[in-house]
Amino acid sequence: MKKQVTLAQEYVKGIWDQNPVFKAALGLCPVLAVTVSAINGIAMALATTFVLTSASLIISSIRKLIPTQVRIASYILIIATFVTIVDLVMKAQFPELSKALGPYIPLIVVNCLILGRQEAFSSKNSVGRSVLDALGMGTGFLIALFVLGSLRELFGSGTILGVQLMPGFYEPWLVMILPAGAFLTLGLLFGAANSYLQKKERTEKNFLIDKYLKAKKEAEETGEVK
Amino acid sequence: MNTVIKMLITLSIIGVVSGALLSQISGWAAPKIEMHRKAATEKAIYLVQPEAKNYQKVESVDFELYKVFDENENTIGYALPYEGNGFQGVIRLMVGVKADLNQLVGLEVLEQVETPGLGTKIVEDDFTGMFEELSAEPKVNWVKGAAPDDPNEIQAITGATISSVAVVDIINKGLEKLRSAEEGGNL
Repeated sequence: MKKQVTLAQEYVKGIWDQNPVFKAALGLCPVLAVTVSAINGIAMALATTFVLTSASLIISSIRKLIPTQVRIASYILIIATFVTIVDLVMKAQFPELSKALGPYIPLIVVNCLILGRQEAFSSKNSVGRSVLDALGMGTGFLIALFVLGSLRELFGSGTILGVQLMPGFYEPWLVMILPAGAFLTLGLLFGAANSYLQKKERTEKNFLIDKYLKAKKEAEETGEVK
Repeated sequence: MNTVIKMLITLSIIGVVSGALLSQISGWAAPKIEMHRKAATEKAIYLVQPEAKNYQKVESVDFELYKVFDENENTIGYALPYEGNGFQGVIRLMVGVKADLNQLVGLEVLEQVETPGLGTKIVEDDFTGMFEELSAEPKVNWVKGAAPDDPNEIQAITGATISSVAVVDIINKGLEKLRSAEEGGNL
């Protein structure tokens, strides 16, 4: 099969068209669990992006050497190695952040987003494309986690990235920093993303119909003149 | 047969390479992680024993315990990290006790996963402040809804009684352990 996808598209698709959270609904466990604040979301997304990109780089470069029967085991081994690196580095350099993210950093190992991209993409594509795909997916993940984290922090604590944004009389909605708030916010974001997409599709369809009708009408008019 | 060998070789190579890489990283990170842990403990010790100038780990007991000294190297009390179950998970405390084990000096919550906004109030100064200079004889008690009468009582947080009582229980259990160690002559 000949590739029709340009390198830029390989990156951009992860941000919107195939956004891992809003479109593919992958890796929702950390999405829901750590987004009590924007900074947690950013840290989680960066850690995931690092693991995803490194794993894609290694796996796509040795994809022809791995026997198919043990590919999943090999992927898990490689992913686990990078996750352990992230965990150790965070504990050594950013102890506060590491404490806030708790068990969710080691749990990146089983994030289906990462294993999914290895199986669906890196095991079949060149190194360059795999890395671009991983970076794109990581960016999409970062955007999703940042938006979700900011909204929950704004309504749940009145701040974004620790900066007070809500007026002093605002009483924080406790539910937003509880698990229920994560589900509510994510559901509303899913809904917003889908309704935007449907609207876009409808406008495109209407545009095509209008164009067709106009052309038909013109054809009829010219026909009459003749 | 050939495939089996190839599978074994591939997995072994990946395992060995990642093991080697991780041991390098771990060698670099381990001392730093240990340093952070020690700094956090040290900070907590000086918070619960504000008059302390120096501290030393007590090696003769089978739990973590720190003896604290004033500027003349006199023992003024102990700092005891102790943990127990809270409402949703483990609460880890640092308890400052006077040398006679009958009065608390201060309290810090090191780790907790209580309900945000309710149980998490146990980390606030309003709550931990009640334990300063609190009598622990015969043990720490708690009351609900009213101001405490006795010198060994604290008031439980409204809406977070379970978390408040859990803190009191952990302190009492820790003190019990400390007292039995003292009776055994191990301090």
